[in-house]
Amino acid sequence: MLLSDVLIVDATDRFGWMAGRVLADLGGDVVRLEAPGSDRSRPQWRAFNVNKRVLDLDPEKPADGARLEALLGKADICLLTPRSGYFAERLDPDALRARYPRLVVVVITPFGRSGPRSDWKASDIEVMAAGGAMSMAGEPDGVPLRVSEPQSYSWVGSHAAAGALTALFKRDTTGQGDLVEVSAQASVVIALSHAPAFYDLNGVVPSRAGAFMTGRSIKGARYRVFWPCKDGWLNFIFYGGVAGRRTNEQLIAWMREKGAELGPLADIDWARFDPTKADQAAVDAMEAPAMKFFATVTKREYLMEAHKREMLGYPVSTVADLVTDPQIEARGFFQAVEGEPGGERHCGSFAVIDGVRPPLRHAAGTPFEDAKAKPGRAGGQS
Amino acid sequence: MSGVPQALETVNVVEFGGYAAGPHIGKLLGNFGAKVVHVESKDRPDGFRLQYPPFAGNKPGLNRGGCFSFFNDSKYGVTIDLKKPEGLDLARRLITWSDLVVENMRPGVMQRLGLGYEALAKRNPRLVMLSTCNMGQTGPRADTPGFGSQLSALAGFCGATGFPDGPPMLLYGPYIDYIASTLGASAVLAGLIKSRRTGKGCYIDMSQYEAGLLFMGGALQDYFATGRQADRRGNDDAEAAPHGAFPCRDDEWLALSCWSDAEFTALAKVVGAPELPGNPKFASAAARRDNKQLLEQLVAAWTRAQTAEGAAEALQAAGVAAYPVVTMKGLFSDPQLVERAHWRVRRHPEMGDQAYAFPGYDLQDLPGDIVAPAYCLGQDNEFVFRDLVGLSEAEMQAYTDRGVFD
Repeated sequence: MLLSDVLIVDATDRFGWMAGRVLADLGGDVVRLEAPGSDRSRPQWRAFNVNKRVLDLDPEKPADGARLEALLGKADICLLTPRSGYFAERLDPDALRARYPRLVVVVITPFGRSGPRSDWKASDIEVMAAGGAMSMAGEPDGVPLRVSEPQSYSWVGSHAAAGALTALFKRDTTGQGDLVEVSAQASVVIALSHAPAFYDLNGVVPSRAGAFMTGRSIKGARYRVFWPCKDGWLNFIFYGGVAGRRTNEQLIAWMREKGAELGPLADIDWARFDPTKADQAAVDAMEAPAMKFFATVTKREYLMEAHKREMLGYPVSTVADLVTDPQIEARGFFQAVEGEPGGERHCGSFAVIDGVRPPLRHAAGTPFEDAKAKPGRAGGQS
Repeated sequence: MSGVPQALETVNVVEFGGYAAGPHIGKLLGNFGAKVVHVESKDRPDGFRLQYPPFAGNKPGLNRGGCFSFFNDSKYGVTIDLKKPEGLDLARRLITWSDLVVENMRPGVMQRLGLGYEALAKRNPRLVMLSTCNMGQTGPRADTPGFGSQLSALAGFCGATGFPDGPPMLLYGPYIDYIASTLGASAVLAGLIKSRRTGKGCYIDMSQYEAGLLFMGGALQDYFATGRQADRRGNDDAEAAPHGAFPCRDDEWLALSCWSDAEFTALAKVVGAPELPGNPKFASAAARRDNKQLLEQLVAAWTRAQTAEGAAEALQAAGVAAYPVVTMKGLFSDPQLVERAHWRVRRHPEMGDQAYAFPGYDLQDLPGDIVAPAYCLGQDNEFVFRDLVGLSEAEMQAYTDRGVFD
């Protein structure tokens, strides 16, 4: 595996779990430190701490302190969340750097290590607000929203992993570790795509668009994005251009085959269709028969038909849809831990390397046993 | 590209493709010193150049697109006509110079061009290559092209955003593409570390769909373990109460959350209602959730009279998590983003000054930077092929004569 010689100590709270998970999925040997008796039953803990081994540790106890020092002495990367969590005050990033010059110390915080708000408290919702993401989700005249499944922890963890490996690459060249400083707020900004550039370049402030696409028609028309279907919702947009033409023509062909009423859709020349020129009445008239048709279609039917017809558009999945998607099944993304085929299932490693998805090696909560360590390395290599 | 030492300065990268999912990986590497060459052709420039606003001064142009420039700073730009055999020959020479190839074309296109990993690795066994696309390189729907904005719906994000009795919500732009690109950066760095250590490269197949699912990992795990289907639930949280966004003066909003009774007691004092924790309706998180509407009205009655900044400061001083809902304008003056120099202005020859975004991480000893603005189409042909790849004057002229740079 790519990181099979890399030992990572993960002493983080919720802000850092994903970082260790990413490194573990790439083959790193991740030893997660936990306070004795901590709760490991929650789905989020299990999802983002699978593929790691867990060491119960109370650094105040001399024996545990010595174990920790032995581990850190052999580690390549140490992941820390010094603003919160059990180990926050017990592992000082700067002291670790001084003691272990080859160590890559990764410091993950909500807002950065310095600045007037660096000690502000935050959970997912405050970070999604601070990073701009909430201002871009929700109805235009309604409350800003976060994604109900927390995202900021994943954004910062993914950035932390990339930063850790940037520093590890450098260490392989120079022999010197580094301190990688990671801000959750700054890590969320990329989720906004190029929206900030509108303000920077032209003084325009993009905002949330709800469930409709706006800003495409010079007459101010809005286009529907989410359509109720037989068993949920679909994502479909009447696009223009080459891709839109193909998609729209195929939708009409599909509707014809099913005997659906076409209304004004029957007469539109999709080669000439220009979504920028339609007014709201025209858009509503176009969308009405499509709305009726989609109400007769299931999500899975739409997924398969759109693929067959090379149409742009996907169903709006629920988690139940995701776990039965044939594409996901064919690629073996959801996995039980290696050697435990009936065990708890998880998202597998996110990258397929040389045609093989690296297996999950450790069930969530697997204890780290020093005794199993190979000579010369704490914890050994899997 | 930078005059000071950087962490990845010995890494050479070539990018084929365009839009977001490939180029953002190169940007993350380029910000830490990698020499990243983005390949386009004059016939088929990167789709982000013209297909999406904003444009500098609202004037569309190949070299004026803010959407393109935002993900292509700190790189070199070249043009190669891959439809010509000589163009493919030049592409192979460029790849031989590189340590890493990143491509996000449809599955099979690189192989058809003779630029698939097997062929390239024969010439350069240390090469790391990453292919990223909607569905991954294999599987029954591998050939599905698509937009990241729609893939975000398939992967569950839109369904998880909004209110239970309302429609799913859009997330801005190709949200899921940046998940794949950020995770992709880790994958290629791991590949490069291994390649340097062992002399053997690797081929990485990234499905943007699967990368996105990792960000839904908690909900998926819950479903696997209990059969529960997490649905969109506005801004509610299973644990914290209150937990949401509240209106403030001047059309601003404030996000806040209370994770314990002690935090709620502190909030109640700040909002001028210290009696609230003594009211059975609000005495526990469960009670507060049951009386959510009333509680949110009480909190909003206070926030409406405050600025979002002032309210956040007062709550944080009392030990309650709170932050203004920062707008696209506010991102440029947010004190924490200013503190870390998240926005770095560089001057583009046609667009003028633009603020480029720095990654969410930095290194203390060898910090990264926005080492150059985005490039104009084909701007670096001379430098890359002559100085980096090492073509002779005669070779440069021959490729020029055959229209390879067109």
